[in-house]
Amino acid sequence: MTGTILPVRESELDPATAVLDVTVADGDGHLGVIPAGGSLRIVDLHGNQAVDTLFYDAADVGNRYSAMDTVREQGAAYLTAGSRLLSVNLDVLATITADTCGRHDTLGGACAQESNVVRYGEHTRHQHACRETFLRYGAEVGIGARDLGHNINFFMNVPLTADGGLSFEDGLSGPGKYVEVRAERDLYVLISNCPQLNNPCNGWDPTPVRLLGWWRA
Amino acid sequence: MSEVLLSHEIPGGAAWSVLVRAGRELRLTALEAGANCSTLLYAAHHPVDRLNVPDTLKAQMSARVHAPMVLMSDRGTALCSVTGSSLDWHDALCGHSCDAQLERLGPSSYHAERNAWRRSARAGLLGELRKHGRGPADLHACVNFFAKVATSGDGTLTFMPGHASAGDWVTLRAEQDVLVVLSTSPHPLDPQWTPPAVLAEVRATAVPGADDPSWTFRDESARALRAAREVLA
Repeated sequence: MTGTILPVRESELDPATAVLDVTVADGDGHLGVIPAGGSLRIVDLHGNQAVDTLFYDAADVGNRYSAMDTVREQGAAYLTAGSRLLSVNLDVLATITADTCGRHDTLGGACAQESNVVRYGEHTRHQHACRETFLRYGAEVGIGARDLGHNINFFMNVPLTADGGLSFEDGLSGPGKYVEVRAERDLYVLISNCPQLNNPCNGWDPTPVRLLGWWRA
Repeated sequence: MSEVLLSHEIPGGAAWSVLVRAGRELRLTALEAGANCSTLLYAAHHPVDRLNVPDTLKAQMSARVHAPMVLMSDRGTALCSVTGSSLDWHDALCGHSCDAQLERLGPSSYHAERNAWRRSARAGLLGELRKHGRGPADLHACVNFFAKVATSGDGTLTFMPGHASAGDWVTLRAEQDVLVVLSTSPHPLDPQWTPPAVLAEVRATAVPGADDPSWTFRDESARALRAAREVLA
């Protein structure tokens, strides 16, 4: 992707005033609530990390993020500043308000133990994977296998081609790059900080990310 | 050509579901130009195992569905193989239509139009799912057979009207017992409401040999097919 110029929109929010400031270790997960109007920033601390993320209406987890509705309604396969993150009911759950990476994937889905076996072979069966992290953290609020939709992969680069091809490429992100979303209603955010060791989505070296949140505590 | 075990014509704008036994083939035929068939797949014997479009596309490095790709589940098993098609592109990126998308076409009601009233794919798919004890949480990304939404390097998606002609077809071989739920409502990006009918036929097929195109397509496809054979081990 050398030479690709992507639009960047910086945030005016000051980390010193954040009410949430946590680090999610490589391969770990996070479940949180973002109140309506609140902003969540995900910082790619070391660069090239894939942050698998799902959003749910906190009042009704059935009203969950929908990758297909989101890309179709905006006619765009990649997410970036200005993208609206739609639910299965076409509600706007969140808006991407700042982005210093440029684009993010929502068509590639999450890794799972079973899909790792399909993609890389039987030796990966018991490696850590995002779907298991989603299930572990989602269980705290009753989000189970049936409720897992297709997620966003923040900072991940999954180029499409004009002939219908799709591939995984080295990331466009770098140390300190971030993405910020504003909740348009009370949301659960469910994150798996991807432990994938078998493809370049995180440079074969999973690293921690930082979450910053701004809302009335 | 093997015996047709079941033949059913789904009118345009309607929904239908069918349980297809492992080893049988479901053939869908567009009966008029511009057809769309939003299709969901479920493992018949597993309450939550269903088609996973992202896993299917990334494992086979494609943003479109075409023969001889394997349609994979959340649990890494083959649900169906696309064993043949007269079209080289079926959309899997855009999901099914929703009621809100029909509002632009103006009011429609059973009272005014009887069975010609416009219903979204979501309404039809949910209606079928509920018959099988499933509900909105089971709705997932579908394949829109017969529809093409072109991709580009900058991520722009463009609906291509009239992709399918009358007589275009696709065949799916069930790799385990599968529940197939489908809607013939137009593609969500189709500006027209002229829903063509689709013919669905189920046939017995031969057991795939070592040279079967879905088994030899990619290592990933073969591994998902092998996992399907282990589902009921």
